[in-house]
Amino acid sequence: MDNDRKLINVTIDGIEVSVPEGKTILEAAERLGIVIPRYCYHPALSAPAQCRMCLVEVEGAPKPLPSCVQQVQDGMVVSTDCAEARKARRGVIEFLLLNHPLDCPICDAAGQCMLQDYAHETGQLRRRAVEPTVVLGRDHVTSEIVYFADRCILCTRCVRFMEEIAEEPVLQVIQRGHKGYIDTMTDELFEHPFSMNIVDVCPVGALVNEDFLFKARSWDLDQTASICPGCSQGCNVLLGTKEQRVVRLKPRPNPEVNSHWMCDYGRREVVRWGAGIRAEVPMVRESDRLVAIDWSRALDALVEALSEASGGAKAIVSPGASNESLFTLRSLMERVGFEGGYFHVTTGSEQVLKGFPKLALREDRAANARGAELLGFERVDYVYGALLGHRGVVFVLEEALDGAPEDFGEGVELFIYIGSHLSPAAGKADIVLPCPIWAEMEGTFTNFEDRVQRFNQALRPPGLARPIWLSFSVALARLGAGEPFTSVAAAFGALAEELGVYSGLSYERIGLNGATTAAAGSAAAARR
Amino acid sequence: MAYPYEHPRETRVLSKYFGDEDAIGIDGWIERGGYKALAKALGMAQDAVTEVVKDSGLRGRGGAGFPAGLKWSFMPKDGKLPNYLACNADESEPGTFKDRELMRWTPHQVIEGIIIASYAIRAQHAYIYIRGEFVDIVRVLNGAVVEAYERGYLGENILGSGYGLDLTVHAGAGAYIAGEETGLLNSLEGRRAEPRVKPPFPAQRGAFGMPTTVNNVETLASVPGIVENGADWYRQWGTEKSPGTKLFSCCGHLQRPGNYEVPLDFNLKELVYDLCGGPPEGRELLGVIPGGSSVPILTADEIDCDVSYEGIEAAGSFLGSGGLIAMDDSTCMVRAVRRMVEFYDHESCGQCTPCREGTSWLAKILRRIERGEGREEDIPLLLDIGANMAGKTICPLSDSAAVPVVSSIQKFEDEYMGHIRDGGCTAKR
Repeated sequence: MDNDRKLINVTIDGIEVSVPEGKTILEAAERLGIVIPRYCYHPALSAPAQCRMCLVEVEGAPKPLPSCVQQVQDGMVVSTDCAEARKARRGVIEFLLLNHPLDCPICDAAGQCMLQDYAHETGQLRRRAVEPTVVLGRDHVTSEIVYFADRCILCTRCVRFMEEIAEEPVLQVIQRGHKGYIDTMTDELFEHPFSMNIVDVCPVGALVNEDFLFKARSWDLDQTASICPGCSQGCNVLLGTKEQRVVRLKPRPNPEVNSHWMCDYGRREVVRWGAGIRAEVPMVRESDRLVAIDWSRALDALVEALSEASGGAKAIVSPGASNESLFTLRSLMERVGFEGGYFHVTTGSEQVLKGFPKLALREDRAANARGAELLGFERVDYVYGALLGHRGVVFVLEEALDGAPEDFGEGVELFIYIGSHLSPAAGKADIVLPCPIWAEMEGTFTNFEDRVQRFNQALRPPGLARPIWLSFSVALARLGAGEPFTSVAAAFGALAEELGVYSGLSYERIGLNGATTAAAGSAAAARR
Repeated sequence: MAYPYEHPRETRVLSKYFGDEDAIGIDGWIERGGYKALAKALGMAQDAVTEVVKDSGLRGRGGAGFPAGLKWSFMPKDGKLPNYLACNADESEPGTFKDRELMRWTPHQVIEGIIIASYAIRAQHAYIYIRGEFVDIVRVLNGAVVEAYERGYLGENILGSGYGLDLTVHAGAGAYIAGEETGLLNSLEGRRAEPRVKPPFPAQRGAFGMPTTVNNVETLASVPGIVENGADWYRQWGTEKSPGTKLFSCCGHLQRPGNYEVPLDFNLKELVYDLCGGPPEGRELLGVIPGGSSVPILTADEIDCDVSYEGIEAAGSFLGSGGLIAMDDSTCMVRAVRRMVEFYDHESCGQCTPCREGTSWLAKILRRIERGEGREEDIPLLLDIGANMAGKTICPLSDSAAVPVVSSIQKFEDEYMGHIRDGGCTAKR
């Protein structure tokens, strides 16, 4: 769209740049890598130009102009860093800090706070006000989000998110002037499936998620680009991890998938996935009990058992398993005859984000149901029914087997259980292989609209747990099927070569933003 | 019944019938020559009406003094979108009470002006956004609007001209900032009365997103006379740049406070001493705020100037809304300014950081100085806060709050220093 517009020349801080007509000064400056400080401006929301932080000097203008709304004009000469603009910013920072509690040491936003950042960058060293600060207190706005009125800078990003993106304008500035605060119009808390985005848009620590409150300092978190596995939407996220635990998910902007947003369900559910009793070592059955052994001997046992197997293989898989895991599983099953793979998807009601309807909490509460389908696994309501009467080899991949019939796994030739957690039903397995959860490995998921997206490893897998694409590719090599994969990229490459829908895609090309399969549209469409 | 004070040196054009109860009703108004101008206007081309007003040099009486005819000419003429007129009757500038009297005594003068202006800008719907506290005036206007509909001055096909107009009286919900033209538009739409970022200007996107002209009551009340008698008639008063007459709401330490209508080349000092009778017996005039609390204070010896826009500007202040506040030597300037700043603190909508935080900080410092706990460094601090507020916000409320502080420090620094050094007040009580 930009290409259709006329280009105009502006000079910002002495650098000339050509930008399409209609761009704001702030956007034009970003093209030059100049980030003009801002609070109320958010790229996905309307700009009310009210925080006055982004004021810049424009030659010929009688007073400083708000760069977030002021459109560039041909020949415009802008200074973002002259004495006048700096003084204006310093003034705004001083005003914002007048009644600010400066409770950074106990504030969740410390370290990721725009007020803190800009105060250090442009603020003054000494407080000139001798007046005591106004104390307003705190309150819940939803059952999970706490509002600290004293820290609030009234940028109204949260108000605008609810109005423009959630399209449920429940938040409002109450009162006016310095008495203003953010609240709902009633005494009730509000509920919205995307409510926690107001925490993300808050540039300071005024709106905080109670679940994360006091859990970690933001600078102690490791941040990893990942994909939310909560549903088939595949929101791009940043995993915040600390001490081998996922402590939070934050949306990672992707205009094709989730813009700047993600749902509350995703944040709430998946942070707990690593909890529970984990499978940490490979085990094989010796007479009537499972015995822990090392990977090398476990794979020996696996290869030997499969070589001797006479019946074909059926599998129950998780729709949350990665494409590479499913692909290597399928390849392995084919060595003894693929007789069918099945998965069940837990569903819930769909919740569309009205202001950005591309994004919804999808009915399928699993990340890779589509990927499993494309690999020939079959979606069924009752997975155990599909295995009734099967006497050959049974694989179970990352499926907890809750609700499995009591005799599940009995009377089959070989039962191989691959899982991140120890499930009671795994007790009957002949071989148990520990695998990581999604946060502990890397790979790809294919979302509901055939978009392939990469997630990166954020945590170390516990004990000897090892990604399935790795262990199975070793087993496959021993069964005479080529060389083992040395990377996920290689595993995906082999998958793309074998499965037509992924042709033209490579792990590198998918990158951090994902790419759609040929079936979902041409590569050009993916770039657009 | 005579209007409280009438002075022979006044030039009563707009206020001719103040105090005349018979002029309030439509029959009385028509007897006094009302709605003749409307009939004349409807016989003219729309742009010709705008031209007459342009030629008359009538300037906006709300405070900014923008030429009214020029403002009208910004309105689109293609008819693609409905045009609106909003009459700004949210008179709330401290010291100003002229629009209230115009609507109280001569509601039809205002309505006639609205209809003519609406015709000129091709509006099919006009609104009177009136300050909610003017409960009695809302009743007067509602009655007058009904009368005007009954007589065919409003509604479809006005006076057989084919032009139709609806007029709605909309009572505000009590905020000074709703008197700022874009704040008014938001309030009219049912939103918080928060001023909008300009551009787009109201003539591009105003009420309900449609092209809108916002005019002050007094501006619109001046229109019928101009249309009926011509631009030259209007230019017999005032100066080249400030033609016509204007109402001055005079209050404060005066012997005869009230509304006085004078030509815009009238002398400010004579207005204060002659018409208003000067300060009470035994008192000296300390200073005058000539145009509502948002304009700089003039000292007693700075007021020998024209009351024209350019005359008062040359003296160091602004004509503003014409709300003249006189202060005699019993005034504690720190206290008076503190009170004004508290008003702006209370009325700041809170959108823009400098205004929201600056107004309350100024008030706190001024309260501290008044209590005798000031520090000498508070003076440069007040000035610097003023500099960080002025010109940094969406609307001029921030500037307005800084103005009395900065101008009073410039002109009455002794009073501040008296409070700071001696911990007390120098005012002669």
